[in-house]
Amino acid sequence: MALPREARRPFSTSVAPLRRRTLADREDWLGRLMLAPALVYVVALVGVPFALALALAFSSARSGSLEFSWVGLRNFWTILPDPQFHRALWNTLRFTLVSQALVIVLAVTAAHVLSAAFVGRRLVRFLLLLPWAAPVALAAIGWTWIFDSTFSVINWTMLWLGLTKRWLYWFGEPQLATAAIIIVHVWRMFPFATVITLAGMSAIPQEISEAAVIDGAGFWRRFFQVNLPLLLPIITVAVLFGVVFTSTDLSVVYLLTRGGPYNSTHVLSSLAFQRGIFGGDLGQGAAVALFLLPVLVVVAILMLRTARRAEVGA
Amino acid sequence: MSEHSVTRGHGADVEVRAVTKRFGPVAAVDDVSLTVRGGEFFSLLGPSGCGKTTTLRVIGGFERTDAGEVFIDGRPMGQTPPNRRPTNIVFQRLALFPHYTVYDNVAFGLRMQRLPDAEVRRRTRDALDLVQLPGLENRRISQLSGGQQQRVALARALVNEPRVLLLDEPLSALDLKLRLQMQEELKRLQHRLGTTFIYVTHDQGEALAMSDRVGVMNAGRLLQVGAPMEIYERPTNRFVANFIGDANLIDGIAGGVERGRVTVRVGGGVVGARARGDEHAGAPVTVCVRPERLRLHASGGPPGALRARIEDRAFSGYVIKYRLAGDGLRLHAAVPYVGGAPLFEVGDEVTVAWDPDQAVSVGRE
Ligand SMILES: Nc1ncnc2c1ncn2[C@@H]1O[C@H](COP(=O)(O)OP(=O)(O)OP(=O)(O)O)[C@@H](O)[C@H]1O
Ligand SMILES: [Mg+2]
Repeated sequence: MALPREARRPFSTSVAPLRRRTLADREDWLGRLMLAPALVYVVALVGVPFALALALAFSSARSGSLEFSWVGLRNFWTILPDPQFHRALWNTLRFTLVSQALVIVLAVTAAHVLSAAFVGRRLVRFLLLLPWAAPVALAAIGWTWIFDSTFSVINWTMLWLGLTKRWLYWFGEPQLATAAIIIVHVWRMFPFATVITLAGMSAIPQEISEAAVIDGAGFWRRFFQVNLPLLLPIITVAVLFGVVFTSTDLSVVYLLTRGGPYNSTHVLSSLAFQRGIFGGDLGQGAAVALFLLPVLVVVAILMLRTARRAEVGA
Repeated sequence: MSEHSVTRGHGADVEVRAVTKRFGPVAAVDDVSLTVRGGEFFSLLGPSGCGKTTTLRVIGGFERTDAGEVFIDGRPMGQTPPNRRPTNIVFQRLALFPHYTVYDNVAFGLRMQRLPDAEVRRRTRDALDLVQLPGLENRRISQLSGGQQQRVALARALVNEPRVLLLDEPLSALDLKLRLQMQEELKRLQHRLGTTFIYVTHDQGEALAMSDRVGVMNAGRLLQVGAPMEIYERPTNRFVANFIGDANLIDGIAGGVERGRVTVRVGGGVVGARARGDEHAGAPVTVCVRPERLRLHASGGPPGALRARIEDRAFSGYVIKYRLAGDGLRLHAAVPYVGGAPLFEVGDEVTVAWDPDQAVSVGRE
């Protein structure tokens, strides 16, 4: 009868090699295996559409036709001199910058208020997060009612308070439509930015603020010379997210104004949608949509750099 | 060092009167009363979570009290905010401004007072000189070692010329060698400036070595205040006896009390100790005697001496430490090691005695 190998080698000191190696012992393969779902996801849902968009931007593809031919930069030459495109580009920048500037101010203020101890703080924090969790389409419908030409609550309220004398047609005048879109963008990004800022504030030791207090710094000087600089990295991250979300957003403009009145509120994404899907010119739509990409890449790199350079904590 | 603008001032008196501070159900500071004289180096000593930081924060004006009052130079502080008190603080976690340079950290307070630039420059330089940190003005905080950060925190507090400096375990992050060096420097600095120092630590060695007086805290209560030697020699209760130095705590029954001495029946023997004053015959008492005060005899010894067996012996340079058991007791003895003197061996039977003046009754609580 054959003895087990261990029994024949009684002086073997190393037992480990005899154990069968399982996949769990092989970190290189295990690592790849566990990364695979994420990679598949990214490639399938981000990579492929992105490559497709790139290809379309350089083609003459039209919806409803399988014809596909390369046209080089022609789509770009068509849109570059187009005043509607200029308008959309300018709107994208304007909506993004103005809304994010407002978001920063509001979020930092709200974070300071919410970090103070008061009764019902949890409830307020919860309510504050709601807009972030609400589906955009649903929320936009709510907002269309708020800004409705007949039923606008804002108008009723402002009239009643005497803030305005005339009835405002929010989606009928370019300035008002712009204001409406920015308000909704602010409303949408504000909770997220506030929560991020709150998290950043809780990472700053309380004693740092107290050290400034004992040195005689009042609220504003403490805020601008101590708290804000320390919050800068985290605010930068919030703004980065806000810029990316807002500048690429289609739903708010599309659901509120559809680019109107007189195509005055189109942004790049809604214009791309109009040209590519309604107009059927997929190539031109893709070219419009791609236009923001290099700008966003630069913004992302810059902001991530600042975030890394400035570190919170001593 | 030459003339400094951070000159020898007059440290303020601090009185904490019956202060209680609660966090929810926890009394972090529980009816603490304490007087610190101007220019004194006072240490608050106690285990982690006993309320040292909270006491300091109450004095500095960072916490409202639930009861009691803090007086500085006899003036009630009430709700006076931290910056209106003649105090400054070095926080447990230093709390330097990470986005400023060393210079800007130290100059911060002076700039807040809107002093002229020249004065800010001069006083900042002086403060940095004082803590021996010249040449690092333009470094960022993250580019400093722990000891250097420590000095910056000290300079930032001292530059405002407080009359009372509150220090919250400022040396706890340092390695032993640096800590000993900084202890000496702090002590010298305090002596030179004449500022009242209230120094929080959980390191009894540090407290004993540096302080004029020490207050021992536990669970929010201030148990005993006294000069280091006094606390070591006359602990008033078990906790203090155990926390400061090593102690043999021996439970027994009081016999007679006479001329400040109490006799205590312990197992098969009768020992003596200085009385606290509240002992009476038949009451349970605890005697505290320090290991180095025990005398071990191979045989004989005074009448009533305890008998014990050597369980263990450890050599540690200038002392031999014996672990003993007998008469239902476990004892530690520390005997100076003088080369050549005969030693006891493990298993030896000995008698244990001490001069009653070298032991103290500490009560049972
Ligand atoms: N802000 C606070 N909220 C709630 N409880 C607190 C707060 N600060 C302190 N405590 C509690 O009060 C007690 C005393 O805390 P304190 O910080 O004064 O202790 P300490 O003696 O400084 O301890 P350590 O040596 O660990 O620094 C602890 O039980 C602590 O949990
Ligand atoms: Mg503490």
